[in-house]
Amino acid sequence: MSLQKHETKYIKDTIKRELTKTELQIVAAEWSEHCSYKSSKKHLKMLPTTGKNIIFEKGYDSGVLDVGDGYVVTVHIESHNHPSAVEPYGGAATGVGGVIRDILSAGTRPIAILDGLRFGNVENDAHARWLFKNVVSGIADYGNCLGIPTISGEVEFDDCYKNYALVDVAAIGFGKKDRLIKNHASKGDLVVLIGGPTGRDGIGGSQFASDSLKSEDRSAVQIPDPFIEKLIIETILEARDEKCINAMKDLGGGGLSCAISETAESLGIGIELDIDSVHTREPGLLPDEIMISESQERMLIITCKKKLSKLKQICDKFGVTCSTIGQVKGDKMMHVKKGKNTLALLPAEFVARAPLLDRKKIKPKYLKQIKKENKAKKTLYYTKTILKLLSSPNITSKHWVFRQYDHEVGIRTVVKPGFDASVLRLDNGKFLSAKIDGNPKHCYLDPRQGAIGCFEEACRNVVCTGANPIGMVDHLQFGNPEDPEIFWTFMESLEGLTEYAKFLRIPCAGGKVSFYNETPSGPIKPTPLIGVLGIIDKTPFLSVSPINGDSLIIIGKTNDELGGSEYFEYIHKFIGGVCPSVDFKDSKINMLTVLSLIKNKLVKSVHDCSKGGFAIAVSELSIFGNIGCNIDINKIPSVKNLSPEKKLFSESHSRYLLVIDQKNLVHVKQFLSKKKISFAVLGKFSGDQINITYKSKKLVKITVDILQKRYFNGLEDLLKHG
Amino acid sequence: MLAVFQNKNMVMCTNFICEIISRIVKVGVIVFPGSNCDRDMFHVLTDVFHLNAQYFWHEKGLPHDIDAVVLPGGFSYGDRLRAGVIAANSPIIDDVKKLANKGIPILGVCNGFQILVESNLLPGVLLKNDSLNFMCQWTNLIVKNNKTPFTNKLQLNQKIPIPIANGEGRYYADAQLMHDLKNNNQIVFTYQNYVNGSVQQIAGLCNEDGNVVGMMPHPERAAEGVINPIDNIPSSLIFESLIHTIGVKN
Repeated sequence: MSLQKHETKYIKDTIKRELTKTELQIVAAEWSEHCSYKSSKKHLKMLPTTGKNIIFEKGYDSGVLDVGDGYVVTVHIESHNHPSAVEPYGGAATGVGGVIRDILSAGTRPIAILDGLRFGNVENDAHARWLFKNVVSGIADYGNCLGIPTISGEVEFDDCYKNYALVDVAAIGFGKKDRLIKNHASKGDLVVLIGGPTGRDGIGGSQFASDSLKSEDRSAVQIPDPFIEKLIIETILEARDEKCINAMKDLGGGGLSCAISETAESLGIGIELDIDSVHTREPGLLPDEIMISESQERMLIITCKKKLSKLKQICDKFGVTCSTIGQVKGDKMMHVKKGKNTLALLPAEFVARAPLLDRKKIKPKYLKQIKKENKAKKTLYYTKTILKLLSSPNITSKHWVFRQYDHEVGIRTVVKPGFDASVLRLDNGKFLSAKIDGNPKHCYLDPRQGAIGCFEEACRNVVCTGANPIGMVDHLQFGNPEDPEIFWTFMESLEGLTEYAKFLRIPCAGGKVSFYNETPSGPIKPTPLIGVLGIIDKTPFLSVSPINGDSLIIIGKTNDELGGSEYFEYIHKFIGGVCPSVDFKDSKINMLTVLSLIKNKLVKSVHDCSKGGFAIAVSELSIFGNIGCNIDINKIPSVKNLSPEKKLFSESHSRYLLVIDQKNLVHVKQFLSKKKISFAVLGKFSGDQINITYKSKKLVKITVDILQKRYFNGLEDLLKHG
Repeated sequence: MLAVFQNKNMVMCTNFICEIISRIVKVGVIVFPGSNCDRDMFHVLTDVFHLNAQYFWHEKGLPHDIDAVVLPGGFSYGDRLRAGVIAANSPIIDDVKKLANKGIPILGVCNGFQILVESNLLPGVLLKNDSLNFMCQWTNLIVKNNKTPFTNKLQLNQKIPIPIANGEGRYYADAQLMHDLKNNNQIVFTYQNYVNGSVQQIAGLCNEDGNVVGMMPHPERAAEGVINPIDNIPSSLIFESLIHTIGVKN
């Protein structure tokens, strides 16, 4: 139990009696950081959450975006870090399950999964490899069985996640606007629990996640069953079509305690439930265990009496167990009974709204001690460096991962995983582009600029597919918020994201905060993760590989920003320097320019510069296009006297590489000049090797097949031998 | 409509409706608990190839005069015990067997193929891929038998770019069975390159009569240009073959 002193006092002052044992369990679960957001809630309000596309309904666990023609897209993001660090397979799988049910609870069919995975150094840490492999299997086995494609994601390795794992899962849903569940309930309605039986797994999971990971508490990890989840999806969607659902909530963190109190609170109703009616996995479960068990694959439905038999009939068809566990009252109380005995009777609002905190924040000392860049070594062997970067775990192709995920099922995946954002076709003829991005290396050096950078990178990826960003989701992952220095980094990131979201007018459709991400050797680096959704109105932009004679253009300015780059951290093992920051105006105009070039069919393909900088971005174009190029990096628009090393490896934002057909070159150059943005024609594609020169000095010469070998075999070579 | 079937007082009416439906319904798509490519298959049959398709829940019977049956992919019963083995014991499989004996075209894709094998409608077994992982990737198939109801519009040795997505897709047959399969021209598709350790790269096969075809790759994921980055024509011909066979004019 994790109630704090001030909370115990608040309970005494408000309820004016001692709480029963069950009540204490319920309150402790609901008031955990994980469920109550008590440290962050006050501050999250700063994010812009309204916009012309955003649909808001009470009680939704996912964000809803209007995509026109009577259709909506829903989106949500969750993490399952603590469970995955203890039991990677089950932890990751149930992470997928939870976020899928959030999508389902709005009444939409889940159509895609994206995942962001982070581990310790897989090159020298067998435990990190074990976590990585099992997390990937957990996600694959769960998502594949559901028939929901895992379309995109990212994998990153950093020493700060040693003996730990960050498993973030975002899910996207799609449906008709008029079939959205409009959560409502009236006195006398029935409260029904459907799905898997309640068992002893996941007891106290949300409290487990709201503390630093000290001991391996396996009973707090839930057991996955994707088959039941699949049946629940079909049951719920059929029940939705038969109008059997007045209100719905998934059972996640805090189990029944949270689902009941939050539903009652958001709908302004009371709920009375009998614990004996809950179907359980084994006899002899204590009432308190039933109330806080986080057994998976369960949904809470409020239905009216006359629809109950229809609902039961649908559950029977799919073989899903369904128990009527209580009914709606008018008293706004959460009333838990066992037969005739009352175990808990508390105002729902009291349970659902934990007293919020004002955490202290102090600028961390480590930021003052960050090393200056001049201490970093310089590279002279550029060819070797590029090859080493291409096969480094953070940059090398992740096909070993995404080939284990069914990314085609649902037959919507137009742009497949492996490049920038992935694109799905929607039923109204439009296309949805989605990507998630994080960058702890940048965020560590500057939590504000780093967070904005993640946001920009996700936008860039979406823009590269020709999509207009329409909404974002954020997942803010930090260490212990009770440490004012960590709380400062959280606030910096949040403020940065808010500022950028407001400037670009991209509303936040939903999000999640995860604190207490502490490893045995200290807190993780600040790891905000940003997901961006974009819409393509007509035809999807399918990039065409460069051919002999096509030109390469770079848009955007390269700055003296090697801090947090893969070049510094992987090649030189140097943490320090200045990380990239986003110029809002450039960011916006570059994005709009790329979009209009795509719209006017003036580009063959677009790729953004991110990890590894320009050198890696251009290598990737050659690798995927199977063609060489001759590039003069002296022309790269940059601040004055930028060294070739920085031109190649700086990870400055707002930069795009364009492949231009010779016949469009003049037109494109005129167009870009008119927009007054930084750009340069860097050279042409041809032959079978990449040649990079700087002031007529040859810096790099590599054949494309060697690049391809390094890029495609990096991860597999690493994992082959356990 | 199903409610009408269940009402005993309306037997006359039911018979009448059954007759109309059986005249309209051409292709049955069987849905098991855990099927997850049923909607994709239905979309391609109806929206793309304008066939009359209807879902059949595994507990229901199939009309005796249906024109073709498709067992779509997915994870029937969560792949418990072994992929396809529980679904192979579903009530509807008895009807599938009767239709198979009558020579009705039956296609099993991925999990549907596994179910056909488990119900002995097709010989051999499907084992875990030799990578021991689920594999989702684009492959090239080679047509080895263009006499089946699902390949008669394809050329012999024609290449089909098509994705696979399975964990247990490695076909295995012993030497005797391989001999028979070849003699009877039962190997319908092979992979062009090594994929998962399937014996002789087998990706799809048919029964001795040729009307029951099972394949691990997903033709419904490759028949539309918008989701097939390479070439959607060859996969389309699998559906065109069916249309040609059952005589539906577009």
